[in-house]
Amino acid sequence: MPEGSHLILIVDDEPPIRRFLRASLAAAGYRVVEAESGVSGVKLAARQPPDLVILDLGLPDIDGQEVLVRLREWLAAPILILSARDQEAQKVRALDEGADDYLTKPFGVSELLARIRTAMRHSRPGRTESPVLSIGDLRVDLSARRVLVGEERIALTPIEYKLLVTLMKHSGKVLTHRFLLREVWGPHASQETHYLRVFVAGLRRKLGDDPARSRYIATEQGVGYRFAAE
Amino acid sequence: MIDRRPDPDALLGQVQAEEAGRGRGMLKVFFGYAAGVGKTYAMLEAARRAAAAGREVVVGYVEPHGRPETQALLEGLETIPPRPVEYRGVTLQEFDVDAALARRPELILVDELAHSNAEGSRHAKRWQDVEELLGAGIHVWTTLNVQHLDSLNDVIGGVTGVTVRETIPDRVFERADDLELVDVTPEELIERLRAGKVYLPEQAERALAGFFQKSNLVALREFSLRQAARRVQSDVEAARRRRSASEPWATADRLLVCIGPSPSTARVIRTAKRMAQALDAPWTAAAVERIDMAADPVVQARMADHHRLAERLGAEVVTLSGQEVAPTLIDYARSRNVTKILVGKTERPRWRRLLFGSIVDELIERSGDIDVYVVRGEGDPARSPRPRPPAAPADWRPYLKGAAIVAAGTAAAALVDRIGLHSANVAMVFLAAVALVAAVCGRTPSILASVVAVLMFDIGFVPPRYTFAVADTEYLVTFGVMLAIALLISTLTARLRAQVEGGRLRERRITALYELGKQLSSISGAAFLAAAAARKVAELTNGEVAVYLGEPGGVPEVAFGRGSAVAAHPVSEPTARWVMEHDQMAGSGTDTLPNAVALFVPLTASQQTVGALAVKAEPNEGLLEPDQKRLLEACAGQLALAIERDRMSLAASEALVQAQAEQVRNTLLSGVSHDLRTPLAAIAGASTGLLQNDAFDEPIRRQLLETIADEAGRLNRLLENILQMSKLEMGGATARMQWNILEEVVGSALVRTRHELGDRRVEVSIPADLPLLLVDGLLLEQLFVNLLENASRYTPPQAVVSISARPEAGWVIVDVADDGPGLSPGSEERIFEKFHRGDSHADAGRGSGLGLAICRAVAKIHGGEITAANRPDGGVRFTLRLPLSQDPPHVETETSGD
Repeated sequence: MPEGSHLILIVDDEPPIRRFLRASLAAAGYRVVEAESGVSGVKLAARQPPDLVILDLGLPDIDGQEVLVRLREWLAAPILILSARDQEAQKVRALDEGADDYLTKPFGVSELLARIRTAMRHSRPGRTESPVLSIGDLRVDLSARRVLVGEERIALTPIEYKLLVTLMKHSGKVLTHRFLLREVWGPHASQETHYLRVFVAGLRRKLGDDPARSRYIATEQGVGYRFAAE
Repeated sequence: MIDRRPDPDALLGQVQAEEAGRGRGMLKVFFGYAAGVGKTYAMLEAARRAAAAGREVVVGYVEPHGRPETQALLEGLETIPPRPVEYRGVTLQEFDVDAALARRPELILVDELAHSNAEGSRHAKRWQDVEELLGAGIHVWTTLNVQHLDSLNDVIGGVTGVTVRETIPDRVFERADDLELVDVTPEELIERLRAGKVYLPEQAERALAGFFQKSNLVALREFSLRQAARRVQSDVEAARRRRSASEPWATADRLLVCIGPSPSTARVIRTAKRMAQALDAPWTAAAVERIDMAADPVVQARMADHHRLAERLGAEVVTLSGQEVAPTLIDYARSRNVTKILVGKTERPRWRRLLFGSIVDELIERSGDIDVYVVRGEGDPARSPRPRPPAAPADWRPYLKGAAIVAAGTAAAALVDRIGLHSANVAMVFLAAVALVAAVCGRTPSILASVVAVLMFDIGFVPPRYTFAVADTEYLVTFGVMLAIALLISTLTARLRAQVEGGRLRERRITALYELGKQLSSISGAAFLAAAAARKVAELTNGEVAVYLGEPGGVPEVAFGRGSAVAAHPVSEPTARWVMEHDQMAGSGTDTLPNAVALFVPLTASQQTVGALAVKAEPNEGLLEPDQKRLLEACAGQLALAIERDRMSLAASEALVQAQAEQVRNTLLSGVSHDLRTPLAAIAGASTGLLQNDAFDEPIRRQLLETIADEAGRLNRLLENILQMSKLEMGGATARMQWNILEEVVGSALVRTRHELGDRRVEVSIPADLPLLLVDGLLLEQLFVNLLENASRYTPPQAVVSISARPEAGWVIVDVADDGPGLSPGSEERIFEKFHRGDSHADAGRGSGLGLAICRAVAKIHGGEITAANRPDGGVRFTLRLPLSQDPPHVETETSGD
């Protein structure tokens, strides 16, 4: 199925943003529908289920979070959130409510397209789990529980291993602190965020990741972590 | 030629009267000479006419006395219901001043001006209620009988034999704007009384036998007519003065009345009042305070009473101090151009006057051209002096001491006698003993000692020995001399002691005031000022003190003594409010709100009354004695000025802060508008160029597009910085402190500035075992982003940027250094100011001018600091110091497994 046939729904009340999105997405071969309010966005999605939603959180009629919740009740397609830099709490809430990723305004076209591709890839139906995850020269053999950087084998603790696998499985996608804590320590974990920070730091050291030029794990300050996409 | 200038004093008085009258209600008095002449009736009739003429008339209070005619007149007039007051099991009806103030009619009728209110009312007297109504701008009509005038009180008492206790100060009557005399002949009044129109029959009988005797009524009527006539005359005078006073001069007389501790002074004061009135002259009541007078409480109390009486009667009251009464008075009189001095007749026995002279004689002798009037004084039965404090139990110690000294003297005399010296020397020894007793033990022991000494001398040393008989009359002289010396020395010593005592008291007060002043000048903050002053006053009065502070018109709040009995008492707060509103003393011991538990002194500053000082002492009346009162007023004045000063300096500093904020806002605005316009201009220029010029070749098109993208990014950064700055300025409330790893924060900042840093090499050295930091990750990331952006802006593209951290005695020190051109010397601090830009680089105009200011604000929110300095080997180093937490959480990491 060619990429160009995907349908993207844009829910944003600002005409300039819609115009720029429409032009950029059409140029990349996507089909685009637009809604300028939350209510019409939900209606449009119901009439013509999109393959991806780009949702602005600041809408004139109903709160963007509310639109997100209503869409998530039945829509499995990835949802991308647009928000401002100083609204980390809002982003985290949206991600926890089921949004797949976010983009901080202003953003460039290349960044937008990369995020859309990542989101699409993760939601692609019928994708089979490969027993080996690999990004750059990092390779994780899931069946053998083996981690290699280049030719060197890296010894990880069970939690570090679980953390790495979780991050890699969602590579390119931002994962909130809460999501990671739940995934790695279990649904009833009471650990605080700094636990996660300490383990991520340990993991980075073992993988030889340079904080200045991070190859694998990127910090999304105030939100969570994102594993490199490719 | 006759000088027709108006007297400036008179003009001033007129101006003051008019000024005082503006906004104040008018008082009309229906004036009569006895109950039953028809004052209330006349007032009600006039009120009905006024109401019919369209004036808003309300009956505040009218004594019904059960007279049907009066009752009939009341019908149809709006009446304020009286306030029931429980008093000793009886319900009394009182005028409701609060309801009247709330109703606020144009004109209100309040009967019986001289009435004393029931205990528990706001004011002790009804005339005070009326004053308050007038003050509120309400016109008042009232009724009054002549014998209730304070200055006539004792004269009328003398004539009629009936003393009236309910009196009003003359000034209230004098300040009435209008007077209506209600007059009937005594015969007619007696007729009315007989007919039962005034009192019930049996009451009427009693009245006719007592007060209402015809001779009394005739006398009273004369008094009332005279008052009314004088009043008419003074109205004429006033009118004449207004017409620029072409006719006779206002008399230039000035009266001075001497106040002394003698009970007869009260009468002298009243006489002076009448005389001053008759002459239309100002009058002064002067007390001479001799240094040795301070000690006697009875004298003090009486002086205080006389002070108050003179004040009530409208005198200017002064206290002079000097050694001798007469010269002090005369000096003062001359300095004030007094023309007449009134003084009470001396009550001293004739021999004392002959021996020591009298003040009256001395005054007359020294008076020169000043007239001296000697007035018969008389005890004032209406105002009994305060009970004497209980006599101190007799102290026997001086007597024992005296006896011991005399015994020792006798022994010494025996010794002198034994060695055969002349008996004159023996007498000297006794004399010495007596002198010593007089000096040490006081008057009575010394008199006793001289008697005993003479007896001992007589019996033991004068032949014939061991008998009372005296052979030689010479020894009578010895006895006389001894007695005289004993008296002289003991009197001198007593006076000296009293002087020292008085001086000590005075000094103690002056010292206290000085200390208070010193303390107040070194403190700031109203609560602290109040506390300091209250403690001092409590120490001086031995009482409990509370301080109320408030704005004019507001509700005063307890600034000191919140837990005291004063603050707990329900009447205290209303009293404080009243005192603040009226700028007068009130409370216990005064006539206003006397049921308050403390005496309230207004805190009067130079521009307004800032509060009230409440003092509760035992007994509270003691506080009103002139000395104490002055001391209290002085303390209150000091406190008031200190509080005013404090409020002013507070207001000034607020204004300064305001002005600074204004300036910052202006700088911000001009900086922001400049920084917003530049990228906008670039974007607009580049994009319009692209739209209109298809002929651009590819490199130029690309350049323009890059300009647009870059400038948009710059706009975005600026906006974010402005938002961040304003959020930070709102305070640390928005910061979300969490346990963070410094390496991670620096890492994410480096990722965010990857583009700006370009090819610059970044060296990071952060120890892996650095403890967790309790910080807001986003803010700290922003700090590093700004520092890194700053570095990329001011360093060449191949520069090296290094970030290093180390713990150091409770702090973690983070250095961000570059090897660029460094700061221009002296700008190390200025670069952290808003909209300051480094100027050492050609690209200086590229920053938002907020980046480093944000860094500093973030450091501050975290309890740390950031500084900048040039490195010795070139480049700049920013040093961030953040506090290390005492107990960072420990995270248990597992051992490696596979």
